[in-house]
Amino acid sequence: MFAYIARRILQAIPVMILVATAVFLLLRLTPGDPTEILLGPEATPERAAELRRDLGLDKPIPVQWALWFSRALQGDLGDSFFLRRSVTQAIWERAEPTLMLTLLSLGVAVALGLSLGVMAAVRQGSWADLCAMVVSLAGISMPTFWIGLNLILVFAVILGILPVAGYQPLSAGLWENLRYLILPAVTLGFYDAALLARMTRSMMLGVLKENYVRTARSIGLPERRVVLGHALRNALIPLLTIVGLIFAGLLGGALVTETVFNIPGVGRLLIQAVLRRDYQLVQGIVLIIAGAYVLINLSIDILYGLLDPRVSRSATPSA
Amino acid sequence: MAERLQEATGPGAGSGSTILRRAVPWYAQALHRKSIAIGGVLLILMVAVALLAPLIAPYDPALVRPEIRLTPPNSVYVFGTDNFGRDLFSRTVYGARNSLIVGCSVVLLSAVIGSVAGLLAGYYRRIDTALMGVMDSLMAFPGIVLAVAIMAAIGARLENVVIALGVVQIPRVTRLVRSVVFTIVHTQYIEAGRAIGLTDRRILLRHILPNCISPLIVQGSFIFGFAVLGEASLSFLGVGAPPYIPSWGNILGEARVFIRDAPYMMLLPGLALSVTILGLNLVGDGIRDWLDPMSVGRRLERDQRLQ
Repeated sequence: MFAYIARRILQAIPVMILVATAVFLLLRLTPGDPTEILLGPEATPERAAELRRDLGLDKPIPVQWALWFSRALQGDLGDSFFLRRSVTQAIWERAEPTLMLTLLSLGVAVALGLSLGVMAAVRQGSWADLCAMVVSLAGISMPTFWIGLNLILVFAVILGILPVAGYQPLSAGLWENLRYLILPAVTLGFYDAALLARMTRSMMLGVLKENYVRTARSIGLPERRVVLGHALRNALIPLLTIVGLIFAGLLGGALVTETVFNIPGVGRLLIQAVLRRDYQLVQGIVLIIAGAYVLINLSIDILYGLLDPRVSRSATPSA
Repeated sequence: MAERLQEATGPGAGSGSTILRRAVPWYAQALHRKSIAIGGVLLILMVAVALLAPLIAPYDPALVRPEIRLTPPNSVYVFGTDNFGRDLFSRTVYGARNSLIVGCSVVLLSAVIGSVAGLLAGYYRRIDTALMGVMDSLMAFPGIVLAVAIMAAIGARLENVVIALGVVQIPRVTRLVRSVVFTIVHTQYIEAGRAIGLTDRRILLRHILPNCISPLIVQGSFIFGFAVLGEASLSFLGVGAPPYIPSWGNILGEARVFIRDAPYMMLLPGLALSVTILGLNLVGDGIRDWLDPMSVGRRLERDQRLQ
């Protein structure tokens, strides 16, 4: 068991190093002199020379990489020239909205997706099943930002019961916070809810045919107990990996949703940084997001190993 | 429901080899054909619109007429006009053209490079570790984040959108082809081929590659949908196609500000985008179920997404 966990962690480390290298190289791809790019419109020859020395741009590339990497490990990701503060601080200030949005969206996706999928599986072939599948097909086909715009149109513009855009921090009260997050969370969670619904349905259909379900029914267990307590439970394990992927994917989806709803989160910060050519900030955010993604996948892998003993006992790592 | 294994030849079977396939009950087959049919119709419609854009579009999509800005849909301007007075219907039609061009290009780029990488990685052990290390690290980024980062580095142009989206997809295609190669490379007929002196290149191209074709076709339709959606998302965010190029993402990005005064600006072009992606998903689903009904390839769906 511990060997499994240790192995997964060890496998994640070279990936993280490669990821950091990819981010490091990204800036080097940009045409032009890095100092001028980093300083933007305020590049004076003196500041450029100073930055060049500071970043070690006159040294060979591997040394530059080592410098950058060691700084990053200590939490120093450079400074955003536009925002006049360190990248780490800028990200930290905007972490809460993104985290709240991501968690809420995950909740929406799981609650909506699982219940729709189970319902469709139990009533396979009926109108309810067909409706659920049509809705989920639509859900995976509609772009997230379009779903968001439509929700704004219906609930904020026409009905006026929810705010159009913006964000209220938790410090302003839980209800206020949620009020502003309902539409964004449904927007972001909708695609994954649809995906989960489809997958849950197919998993459940498979599980419901199993012998132990037939046995459970024949010994007189109430249907609800059979479906939820036995069938769903066993269908859940493979779905757990999907949940992990969903959670990590929500990080990317937050980019678009935060832009639509004007939420001051990390995603919107990234887009603003790109548009302003604030390259240090772009690098820092991309690194953090990728790092979080790797960490989440690692956690899901470990969790999966804990839940399903077959995984941790096997010699080959799971794909 | 009786399931019998039956031998069948299918696409990508290669000369003389067979693929074992479960006999699918007739109603399941009908459903898959139906999704291909419906999806296919939608797609053909979109492709026709895109190809015939200059003939269909009543006005020049770039023509700015401030005096008619923000007119709702009427008999003259079928979709209405935007905030610059440009005809939305013409812009949507030309947007279809750009979306489809981007889609095809991304599929081609990722399929070609991904296949080469996958073949090499699957066949040569030494290349495998290095190559897959690079690919895994690329896959460690959420798709849209990587695309945005690449666009930040190389600049906002339509060609660069193709590159950015292609780079996101290449690792996935590589993985796919590599896994197919793994299942074949240790079989006896490959060994026999080597024994009679076939060059590696011949083995790879004439014997291994054909088996990759059906998974590649399935993957291709999903990549297409991903590319259309991805280009729209990037353009919506402002880091994709430049504003003077009519792109569905651009149109919707501008529509966002005017959602109170001109909701039609968002509704109709968005519907075109959704319908196109729906068509692509239906076709992709149908093809996958037809070519490989046993696959649990749903996980790829998640990876494809670019919001």
